[in-house]
Amino acid sequence: MARSTAQRPPSRGKLKIFLGYAPGVGKTYKMLELARELASQPVDVVVGYVETHNRYDVSALVLGLEILPRRAVAYRGGRLEEFDLGAALARRPQVLILDDLAHTNAPGGLHDRRWQDVLDLVDAGIEVQTTLNVHELESLNDVVAQITGIRVRETVPDTVLERAADIELVDCPPEELTSRVAEGKVRFVDQSRRAAAPFFQHGALLGLRELALRTAAQQVGDAVLELREAQAVQSTWPTAERIMVCVGPAPSSARLVRAASRMAASLRAPWIAVTVDDSRLTSLSEADRERVESHLVLAESLGAEAVRRTGDRKSEVLLEYARRRNVSRILVGKPTHSRLRDLIRGSLLDEIVRGSQDIDIQVIAGEADAPAVDGGARPARRGRPWAYAATAGLVALAAGLGALTRSHLAAPDFVMLFMLVIAVAAALFGRGPSLVASVLSVFAYNFFFVPPLYTPWVADERHLLTFGMMFAVGLVTSAITLHLRRQESDARTREEHTATLYSLSRDLSSALDETQAALVVAQHASELLGGGAVVLLPDEHGGVAPRARSGAELPFGERETSAARWAFDHGRFAGHGTQTIPESRATCVPLRSGPGPESLGVLAFAAPGPISLGIERRHFLEAFARQAALALERARLAEQAKRAALRARTEQMRSSLLSAVSHDLRTPLAAITGAATALRDETGGLAESQRSELLETVCEEADRLERLVRNLLDMTQLEAGALLVKREWVLLEEVVGSALARLEGRLGNRPILTDLPTDLPLISVDPVLLEQVFVNLLENARKYTPDGGLLEIRAHTEAGATVIEVCDRGPGLPEVEGARLFDKFVRGSHPGIPGVGLGLAICRGIMEAHQGTITAENREGGGAVFRLTVPSLVQPPPVPAEVDPAEGEARP
Amino acid sequence: MSTGPLVLLVEDEPQMRRFLRASLTAHGFSLVEAVTAQEGTALATSHNPELILLDLGLPDEDGLEVTRRIREWSRVPIIVISARGQESDKVQALDAGADDYLTKPFGVNELLARMRVSLRHSQQAGGTPDPLVEIGPLRIDLARREVTLEGKEVRLTPIEYRLLTLLAQHAGKVITHRQLLREVWGPGQVQQTHYLRVYMAQLRRKIEADPARPVLLMTEPGVGYRLRDRA
Repeated sequence: MARSTAQRPPSRGKLKIFLGYAPGVGKTYKMLELARELASQPVDVVVGYVETHNRYDVSALVLGLEILPRRAVAYRGGRLEEFDLGAALARRPQVLILDDLAHTNAPGGLHDRRWQDVLDLVDAGIEVQTTLNVHELESLNDVVAQITGIRVRETVPDTVLERAADIELVDCPPEELTSRVAEGKVRFVDQSRRAAAPFFQHGALLGLRELALRTAAQQVGDAVLELREAQAVQSTWPTAERIMVCVGPAPSSARLVRAASRMAASLRAPWIAVTVDDSRLTSLSEADRERVESHLVLAESLGAEAVRRTGDRKSEVLLEYARRRNVSRILVGKPTHSRLRDLIRGSLLDEIVRGSQDIDIQVIAGEADAPAVDGGARPARRGRPWAYAATAGLVALAAGLGALTRSHLAAPDFVMLFMLVIAVAAALFGRGPSLVASVLSVFAYNFFFVPPLYTPWVADERHLLTFGMMFAVGLVTSAITLHLRRQESDARTREEHTATLYSLSRDLSSALDETQAALVVAQHASELLGGGAVVLLPDEHGGVAPRARSGAELPFGERETSAARWAFDHGRFAGHGTQTIPESRATCVPLRSGPGPESLGVLAFAAPGPISLGIERRHFLEAFARQAALALERARLAEQAKRAALRARTEQMRSSLLSAVSHDLRTPLAAITGAATALRDETGGLAESQRSELLETVCEEADRLERLVRNLLDMTQLEAGALLVKREWVLLEEVVGSALARLEGRLGNRPILTDLPTDLPLISVDPVLLEQVFVNLLENARKYTPDGGLLEIRAHTEAGATVIEVCDRGPGLPEVEGARLFDKFVRGSHPGIPGVGLGLAICRGIMEAHQGTITAENREGGGAVFRLTVPSLVQPPPVPAEVDPAEGEARP
Repeated sequence: MSTGPLVLLVEDEPQMRRFLRASLTAHGFSLVEAVTAQEGTALATSHNPELILLDLGLPDEDGLEVTRRIREWSRVPIIVISARGQESDKVQALDAGADDYLTKPFGVNELLARMRVSLRHSQQAGGTPDPLVEIGPLRIDLARREVTLEGKEVRLTPIEYRLLTLLAQHAGKVITHRQLLREVWGPGQVQQTHYLRVYMAQLRRKIEADPARPVLLMTEPGVGYRLRDRA
């Protein structure tokens, strides 16, 4: 049990509980008195909700304190006033006074119960002071029922009491209380005086008072222990205990669970509630299954770990599991059935005690008034009259068939015939009809085939044995059938669950980012649950926002959003089918990857039918959510890693850029500054040739600077993904032509040979960008090709693509690996040739933006060849033809 | 102060204004300067300049808007100045009525050549167009519908002829794809730039010595075409 008051972060608020043994002992009075004292200190005290019952003394105490406005709720035609949790969280007082911890909220609030409100407030860092009657404690429910004869419905889980930092016992002698009740000073909220009467009998009051004193003492003892633990005085502490309680369908199991919870609390030990699904012939009825389920839910709500095991021999399964989990004590219910049954079936208790070895076994009494429910006696399927009618028909058919073939068959054949009918009825219709078939068959066999015929009498006593055996066969067959059916359906459910989780994890493994993972989760959830599903992920405001939807439209209103938010913040189920915002149309499951309450998101779904959140369903949904959470976490981590890698790369690029730029920008700048100042400060000493040389320097270097800046800008655009490719249908010849025109005068006296076939198809490219590729390649070629060296541009079509080659007769490519040549800031080792190493990187970026490629290789006979491939993704559009007078035929 | 043609310069960068002021006054132009679009529009109305140099990236308004507003009442030649990478802005300005464009950085010679072409066209606009256009070896006789290259007749298709005459009438100036398509194929076909590419290629094969290295029919990538002026 999680009892970590000491380690809890200080940001949580304190919880103080005024505990009394009955209504009227003066809890509210005491609480308000102290609140007034606090307010005068002054502390920021606000009254959240106090029921004054129109009592002047209580009303007087509230006077002068700040009172939170109440929330008006329309309920069954009337109007109720309720505590306003939202207003309290918004007001954020230091101390909040909130009467009656066990109160049940009117529908429409965030939570069903006030204690849930209180936990939210404490979690939000607000100190809460509240009142509680001892009989409202969940684990004392049975004890109270024994004392007073009343089963209290509005209970508070013990975990809430354990969260309390302070418990103040408010006590008054029972005699005084009885007189107060008699004077009418005690008012009741929702119980009539008659219903409350058993509380105020003297004996009951004494018992309840003792309970309250013990509970308070226990909590004080816990506090001492905690202190001791904190001071590391552990020698007095025995080795860790772990308690296991065996839960079954009997109503007394609830009592067993509560006893285990109390014991676990007093031993400060974790505890496990285990139920074993018997796989033997005696199977549980639906009602029993539901009861087992409710016991497990109760155990979980009291802080236990609920576990379901399957096995042939209950005792073996239980002991094996207990050993595996290092259980030190096992709690078992006292058997309520007859000794005879133990003799026949063996006693579970005996077997456990015998096999327990070093584990302590404690036997707890079952309730005397507990109805003895025999799970085996209930028919599994009822309300299907046609099945019974069909069974009767089958028996009649068998009797008729027997009558017709009476002359050919012997008595044992008729027995077999009826056996067949019983087996068929069991297989087709289940347990009830098969039992009916047994009875009818015995009767029909006797009536029609056993002498004296057509009488219910039997001549030969041997036949009585036959009847008995027929009936027994019927019983056994029906039991086997039922068991098989249930096992089959269980196996199918389990298999479905496994298959669902498997296919979920398989699909999630291919999800690359959070959004994809969210979509996969939503799709699987809507498929699985048959309704709409929404996955919500954290947004930048600390809340959650829908990220992926699937299936039927799931309207996401205010309620659904706050349910999702609550589930996300608290890591627990909320919405439809739970106790928190049950009016929400969606059920919200937090996506948690670990045991903590931290969620990575929320899965909200709406099933078309009513939803049951039993243990098994809940566990399955948790497993589903865990898978989803793990995938989301993985995606998030991958994104972080990618971002980190990108940052590192950007960092590296920035440093190389800085060094390159500082050199390559400064060199032309230095030349320009030098030449320009020389011209400005000239005093007539410069010859005309020197002047023109200086001017030429300024122009050339400015040109170089311009190209460098252009390349840097292009690269930045490519890097940022901001490059827009405006595709147009163009002819290669024209692009090459405009590139050559732009380079006019810059290529020196290097002859250029263009070999572009006239039948090249139109290509879909951005002409401005492709021109840039040619300019960069040709400038590159110029840099490395000596004066007079031939530059060539050739093109041809090849396998649906246009291939263009730009060739030079330079020194060829360095031994740099092919692809690295096109990396940023990578340059061939040619001293004296300026450049930053961006030109080819830009070419590659542009070609990739066109889904094209660029490669480079050395050329036969010296030099390099750069090869561009532009794929033809679609057919070029047609151009209307025209008769060409030069050729006298239609073109193009 | 020179007394040549009056030029309105709308440019917000002081360095650019300084450089242009020095160059243009040195070449005999007189100059009025505006820093914002508002100021530019006002000066265009009050001074009635013979040519406007207009920067597209102005602090208060887009140069495109200025072009549109001036074109509502005046046919004064407008030369747009813009940075590289703003091809679509240039095209919009040209389609809105600007006469030509220059990409920063540019040389003074380039600027002066463009200004001369624009001024010449605006002076011609009043009278009848010259029926004979001669550009280097190319001679276009509009009256006789005859095109010759170095004295030899060039046989053109009707579309090729219309394209060539359109460019020749505005020789030296850029004509956008849209303008060419609208004039030759009609307003419904202004998106079909591939028609232009194919017919321009055909035209080049007939009038250029090496169609891959044109000297007459120049491509302005992403913008349009220009027939070189007196090459």
